[in-house]
Amino acid sequence: MNRISAVLINIKTQFKERKRVRLARSTWGNIFVFAFLIFIGVFMAFPLFYAIVQSFKPINEIFIYPPRFFVKQPTLSNYTLAFQLAQNLNIPFSRYAFNSLFISIVGTTVYILVASLAAYPLAKAKFPGLFIISQLVIWTLLFRTEVTVIPQYIVIAKLGLINSYGAILLPALAGTFGVFLMKQFMVVAIPDSILEAARIDGASEYRIFWKICMPCVKPAWLTLIIFTFQSMWNATGSQYIYNESLKMLPTVLTQISAGGIARAGAGSAVVVMLMIPPIIVFLISQSSVMETMAQSGIK
Amino acid sequence: MKEQLIKNIPYYVMLAPFLVLFTMFMLIPVLSSIVISLTDFNMVQKPNFVGINNYLHLFLDDEVFVKAIQNTLVFAVITGPVGFLLSFVVAWLVNELGRHTRSFITLIMYAPSLTANVFIIWVFIFSGDAKGFINNMLIKIGFIRDPIPWLSGSQYSFSAVVIVIIWLSLGAGFLSLVAGLQSLDRAYFEAGAIDGISNRWQELYYITLPQMGPQLLFSAIMSISGSFAVGNVPMALTGFPSTNYSTHTLLLHMQDYATNRFEMGYASAIAVVLFIIMVITWYAIDRALRKFTAV
Repeated sequence: MNRISAVLINIKTQFKERKRVRLARSTWGNIFVFAFLIFIGVFMAFPLFYAIVQSFKPINEIFIYPPRFFVKQPTLSNYTLAFQLAQNLNIPFSRYAFNSLFISIVGTTVYILVASLAAYPLAKAKFPGLFIISQLVIWTLLFRTEVTVIPQYIVIAKLGLINSYGAILLPALAGTFGVFLMKQFMVVAIPDSILEAARIDGASEYRIFWKICMPCVKPAWLTLIIFTFQSMWNATGSQYIYNESLKMLPTVLTQISAGGIARAGAGSAVVVMLMIPPIIVFLISQSSVMETMAQSGIK
Repeated sequence: MKEQLIKNIPYYVMLAPFLVLFTMFMLIPVLSSIVISLTDFNMVQKPNFVGINNYLHLFLDDEVFVKAIQNTLVFAVITGPVGFLLSFVVAWLVNELGRHTRSFITLIMYAPSLTANVFIIWVFIFSGDAKGFINNMLIKIGFIRDPIPWLSGSQYSFSAVVIVIIWLSLGAGFLSLVAGLQSLDRAYFEAGAIDGISNRWQELYYITLPQMGPQLLFSAIMSISGSFAVGNVPMALTGFPSTNYSTHTLLLHMQDYATNRFEMGYASAIAVVLFIIMVITWYAIDRALRKFTAV
C-alpha cells in the first residue's frame, strides 16, 4: 500500500511540475469580471442595436406609441428607399462610395507610413532638434482642429488644393495623433539591444526601420489603421470641396437623413450602412493583432 | 557638430515628409490663430491689431464665457478621468479573455467610437416627450408620472450629455491599451506567479502597470484633450445654443463666434484660452504619471 501511494505521489508531483505555471485567479474574481464586462457591453451596444433595429422598421412602426424596441414586421424598404434617393442625384451612388473608399484607403496607408517614419527617430534616436520636435508634436496634439479651420482653409486655398482630393488627404496626413501613438509604442516595444546588434552588423537605418522596427510594433500600426480609416471615412470635408463628383459618402447620406420625418427610416438605414466599412476594417485588423501576439518579443 | 548632423541624415530624411506636412497644415494655422487672436479680424475687413482687447473682453465682460468655462471644466473633470479609468479597466479585463471572445468584446466596446455619427441615436432614446425610450420605460415601471424633458435645458440635460460622452469615451486610448496589454512580456507574469503573487490586483499593480507607462500616458492625454474639447456631442443633443446655455462649452462658444458671428479675432482668443487650459492639465498629468513613464 505504501509503495503504491508513493508511486502515485511521485506521478502526481511530476505531473504538477510539467503543468504550465498558473496565474492566480479566483472564481469570484472571474465572476465579477464577467458580470462587469456584460454590463458595460450592454451599455455600449444598446444604442447601436437600437439603430439597427430601427432601420428595419416600416414607417408606421418607427413612431408608434408606446415605443417598442423590437420589430413586428421587419422590412428592407428603408434600405431600398435610401438607395433610390441616392440614385436620383446627378452623380451615381457608386461615385460617392468610390470617393470615400479611395480617400480612406490611400489616406490610411500613406499616413501610417509617414507617421511611423517620423516616430522612429523620435523614439529611438538622439540628434540635434529632437527635443524641440517632440515637444511640438505633443503641444499641437492639444490644439484642437476646430480652431485651426480658418487658417487651414487659407493655406489650402493658397496651395491651390480646393476642390481636389488633396484638400482632404494632405491635412489629414499632418495629424500628430499617429506619430504620437507610434512613438509611445516604439519606445517600449523595441529593445535597444536589437538595434545595437543591427547597427553593428552594418544595417542602414532605413533597413532597420523596415525589417525590425515595424514588425515589432505591429499591434500599434494595426490599431492605427483602424483609427485612421475610421476618421477618414467619417470626414465630410465639405468645407473644402465643392465639386459634386468628388464629394464623399457621409455628405450625401446626411443629406438624405436631413430630409425630415418622412426620411427617418431611410436615415436609420443610412446610419447602419455607414457603420459597416469601419467595422470590417476593425475585424480584419483585430484578428491580425491576435495572430501576432502568439509569438512575442525577442525570441 | 557638422559631423553629428551628417551622421544623423537618415533620421532627418525620415522625419521630413511628416514635418513638411505638419508645418504647412498644423504649425502655420496654429500660429496664425494665435496672431489673429490679437486682432479684430472679421473675415471681410482688414484686421486691425488690438492687442489683448479680446482677452480683456473675454474675461471681464462675457457672461456666457463664464458659463462655458464652468460647463467645460465640469465636463472635463467628470468625463476625462472616468473615461480614462474605464478605458483602462475594460482593456485590462478584456485582456483576460480568450482570443476570439476578446476580439468580439473589443469590437462591442469600441463600437460607439467606431461609428462616429451613431450617437445621434441617443436623441431618440433621451427624447423629452413620452415617446422617448427612457421616458417610456420609466413611466411603465411607474417611476415617474410625466415625461422628463431630458435634453431641453432642465437640470437633467447636463447629466444626459455626460452619459453620452462617457459612452463615447472608449476610443483610441482604449484600443491602444488593448494592443499594449497584449505586447507585454509574458515572462514577468510567470515570474510573478512563481514568486507568489496571490491575486490579480497585486499582479496589476506590480507587474502590469509599470510596463504600461507610455500607453497610459497616451491614453490619458487622449482622454483629457478630448474631454476639454467637447463640442459636437452637446450640440447634437441639446441644440446650439442649448437652452439657458446649460451645456454650452468653450468649444461651442468659440464656434459660435467663428461660424455665426464671424468674429475671428475673438474666436481665436477663446481657442487660445482653451489651449492653455489643456496644456496646464497635460503638465499636471505628465507629472502624475511620471512614476510610470520612462520617457
